[in-house]
Amino acid sequence: MAGIRIESLAKRYNAVSAVDGVTLDVRDGEFLVLLGPSGCGKTTTLRMIAGFVAPSEGCVRIGARDVTHEPPYRRNIGLVFQNYALFPHLTVEENVAFGLRRRRVGEAAIRTRVATALSRVKLDGFGGRYPRAMSGGQQQRVAIARAIVIEPDVLLLDEPLSNLDAQLRHDVRGELRRLQTELGITTIMVTHDQDEAMSVADRLAVMEKGQVRQVGTPSEIYRRPADRFVASFVGRANFYAGRAERGIFVTASGLRLPVADLAEGADTLMIRPEAVGLRPAGADGLAATVETATYLGAGWELELRLAGGERLSVVAPDAGEHWRQGQILTAHVAPTAGVGMRTGS
Amino acid sequence: MSGETILGRRPVEILARAALRAATALVLAYIAMPLALVVWLSFMAGEIMVVPPEGYSLRWYGVAWNQDQLRSGFVTSLWVAAVATTLGLLVTVPASFALARGRFPGREAVLQLLMSPLIVPGIVIGASIYVFLVQVEIETGLPLAGSAWGIVVAHLLLTVPWCVRLVTANLVGVNRSVEEAALSLGASPLVTALTVTLPMIWPGLVAAAVFGFVVSFGNIEVSLFLVAPGQTTLPIAILQYLQWKIDPTIAAVSVAQIVLIGAALVATSRITNLGKVV
Repeated sequence: MAGIRIESLAKRYNAVSAVDGVTLDVRDGEFLVLLGPSGCGKTTTLRMIAGFVAPSEGCVRIGARDVTHEPPYRRNIGLVFQNYALFPHLTVEENVAFGLRRRRVGEAAIRTRVATALSRVKLDGFGGRYPRAMSGGQQQRVAIARAIVIEPDVLLLDEPLSNLDAQLRHDVRGELRRLQTELGITTIMVTHDQDEAMSVADRLAVMEKGQVRQVGTPSEIYRRPADRFVASFVGRANFYAGRAERGIFVTASGLRLPVADLAEGADTLMIRPEAVGLRPAGADGLAATVETATYLGAGWELELRLAGGERLSVVAPDAGEHWRQGQILTAHVAPTAGVGMRTGS
Repeated sequence: MSGETILGRRPVEILARAALRAATALVLAYIAMPLALVVWLSFMAGEIMVVPPEGYSLRWYGVAWNQDQLRSGFVTSLWVAAVATTLGLLVTVPASFALARGRFPGREAVLQLLMSPLIVPGIVIGASIYVFLVQVEIETGLPLAGSAWGIVVAHLLLTVPWCVRLVTANLVGVNRSVEEAALSLGASPLVTALTVTLPMIWPGLVAAAVFGFVVSFGNIEVSLFLVAPGQTTLPIAILQYLQWKIDPTIAAVSVAQIVLIGAALVATSRITNLGKVV
């Protein structure tokens, strides 16, 4: 087991930067997720860690080893692909045994370790099957068993769940997290799905245009996003332009909202829809008119128009009210609900 | 009367279908005709081919077998085709890896070069190799011209384009992440190629071998300049036989050859889906 340290990693194809100076420290045993839209450089970063792409700049360290110039087959990594990438001509057992055979492990040890790995992913008794005779979820579990059986220093997962249907995705991600905790193996996963990322990660690294925008725990990223891109990538958000004045954010239309920890120089305020409280008209807060109200079972989704003309999206749990279009109410934004940020441009 | 039939099809449609069936049957019959005629001929009893035949017999198969020329031609063709195919695969598999995987200047030119025997007339290939072998023989004293190895060398040119085309096509179809999985598990590129890639393109290799074999076995024009007494391929032996005698012996030999090649193709399509790999 070992941590991973990536320093100013960059990959350029001719004039185009796919990855542009990524520095990351993944702690021993940590589950880090690289999250971002397609084309943000997350897969290229993962492939540089795996050794399939040679970096234009920077270095990759696994534990104390600098592996930047090592080929993939000398890095001792476990890799799980989106399309499973099982060996179609080998049985499940032989798929899992492949890495052990390359390491010249004895036949008896191979048998026990393969059996242990298969039972870890709940595939006891499937050893004699061929991949084509298995479902997508089972194939992905074989791929996971094949990657962990070699006791790799790090586990790299490239969109491992995106080929599975919704229910299976939910189950497999739970299993993945459980397995990772049990084995205590340093893991980096790439995904574009923020739910998936949030649910498994110890920490997230949100990427855009080849750079890491923010690194933090899921709640840090969600509650205190560093910029507008991160805020909207990990969830819904309301944004208001304006300026910070000693703990008060003043919107363009003149609304004054007290905000905790407001940095001077902030020019944008972000408010999550579920961080807004709804109160009867006349209560302390922002006067608002309901423009649309949609009942979703678990709660309400409201589009409000504030006195200054701004819109505010709100998601509120179902507390027995019945919100109607045109209704007047008060939106309460607690000082801790808003996050000030600098958009820079 | 609306023109509807019980089946709900209009007469025009029925006519069109019948016409399509008839046209298909006609084309198939046209293709099968030579095969059928040769088989029929080989069983005719008389020495002179007449219709209706004088009777039926298996004697020409016996006659063919007892012709030393034909029998040794058959054996020569068999091993020449086998060796040319094996060498062809040994050369083209590594070449196909480079062509399908590598990005290097002149890649396209190399591919076209390997395919070029397909566009050069066989007689030209045969003649040039003959001249070349004679020159080498004069320079070095090695008895190459007129040896069976000369034929093998020439037939290698026949098998290479087929093997290159089939093997590269199959390699391009291989999912690269499967190979990457092998690399990540500690297999070197060579071990990956041998234990993962080759087994995955196995059907393509079988198809390449069968096509190479068939093309070499049936070739006449390349071999024409290169055969020598005692070193004659079957098609050349047939040609020589026909020069002084026409009787159903040759039909019997042809049937034997058709059965052999047909069996190879059937066996291949059992192992692989030929329609898919070619």
